[in-house]
Amino acid sequence: MEGLNKGEGGKKTPLYEEHILAGGRIVDFAGWLLPVQYTSIVEEHLSVRQNAGLFDVSHMGEIEVEGPDAFRLIQQLITHDASLATGNKVIYSPMCYKDGGTVDDILVYRLREDKFLLVVNAANTAKDLEWIQKNAQEKGYEVKVRDISASTLQLALQGPKAEAILQPLTDYNLQKLGFYRWANAKVAEVPCLISRTGYTGEDGFELYFDPSEGRKIWRELLTRGKDEGLRPCGLGARDTLRLEAALPLYGHELSPEITPLEAGLDRFVRLEKGDFNGRDALKQQKEAGLRRRLIGLQMMDKAIPRQGFPIYQQGERIGHITSGSFAPFLNCTIALGLVDSPYVKVGEEVKVSIRGREYRAKVVPLPFYQRSRRSSS
Amino acid sequence: MHIPEDLLYTKEHEWLRMEGNRGRVGITDYAQHSLGDIVFVELPPVGKEFKAGEAFGVVESVKSASDIYMPVSGKVVAVNEELINSPQIINQDPYGKGWMIEIEPSNPEEIKGLLDASGYKKLVEEG
Repeated sequence: MEGLNKGEGGKKTPLYEEHILAGGRIVDFAGWLLPVQYTSIVEEHLSVRQNAGLFDVSHMGEIEVEGPDAFRLIQQLITHDASLATGNKVIYSPMCYKDGGTVDDILVYRLREDKFLLVVNAANTAKDLEWIQKNAQEKGYEVKVRDISASTLQLALQGPKAEAILQPLTDYNLQKLGFYRWANAKVAEVPCLISRTGYTGEDGFELYFDPSEGRKIWRELLTRGKDEGLRPCGLGARDTLRLEAALPLYGHELSPEITPLEAGLDRFVRLEKGDFNGRDALKQQKEAGLRRRLIGLQMMDKAIPRQGFPIYQQGERIGHITSGSFAPFLNCTIALGLVDSPYVKVGEEVKVSIRGREYRAKVVPLPFYQRSRRSSS
Repeated sequence: MHIPEDLLYTKEHEWLRMEGNRGRVGITDYAQHSLGDIVFVELPPVGKEFKAGEAFGVVESVKSASDIYMPVSGKVVAVNEELINSPQIINQDPYGKGWMIEIEPSNPEEIKGLLDASGYKKLVEEG
């Protein structure tokens, strides 16, 4: 059997020892040593859908942009309308290059009139920082751009029981915190930015606080949440959860070669807001009609297509897989793929080449999984 | 890590159980544990012949796919059909119900080149 190597090198988050204690299997991800799983990816995934899961996501990057021109800079950088990040609203947005290709997909918090917090993908932190600084300099914006990742610990508490687990530990009335809203509060007496966001397709929270309190909050949550079925979850489940919810992963569904429009993120691209990086290219792409687009596939066997594997219809190659995995909650194999226009329709069959053999797949609507909004948790 | 005394092993974490001139092949407890949840198995057709060390199938977990290699040269005379619908049997019972193929070795001399239980144990502990 091939490939049973151990990971080496890489940065440790403040909770590394906790992961080892909890039986985490450590791998290298974007230069960070994090658990891919503790017990089993399937078990951890189901835990999040049915109860709750706790993820150490400290590898994500946090960048602060502050100054009189902070808003103008953000508005130029992102495709979404930054003026919608009013009060305690969080916005999700792609960030593009001039040619419409994607730099990263990020969350934007307007902490104050002139101060923004951007949360970026782990693998892109250095690149994004440079990109933001470069843009600030080119326009002579009066801003300070700071990478505060090293002084920020981020946890994600996700699942239908997340609110029930977190509420006893915080002074903030979580029933008043809607989806994609944030608040400054205390969790286990520790100052914390609570954000009702996540990467799993479930209700849940992302918590940002000082690393020195990491172990305390991690342990408190796991202890309090035990009766509700809370378990620590690793990167493996994080990926299977986001794929079931059809959430993009940078480097797969988004990249310098893939625009947000091609990735199906049109609602986060506000051409009408005024000029921004990539606007002309995206406008052109929209007007000309997309030449390729992201679709959802359900494999008719359980063989898993991986990134790059070709997709065929009637003998012709029509695109490639961007992400594929076994979906534990849906109990089947699913994939996202980028296919050329004219696009295949939902219900049609295609073939995917996996290790030299062709396997059948059906085009299905996205997302693969959607939580019921009338959840009584 | 369970390593039955009565089996032979490869460096690539396959096991072989000979009975007369037929042998059963699977992957070890160490291998199934490293892989995590197995969700798909690709097995060869009955009748196909492979050389020692050649990949005869694939085991797919959530995170990755791994080739499985023939411990010795031979012909496939049976495959475990149950694994098609229930690949997780390999995780649950890698040495018993999780067997993958049955072979007729074509060159019995090669069997001597395999590791015994203590040899495999050493490999796994030092690896």
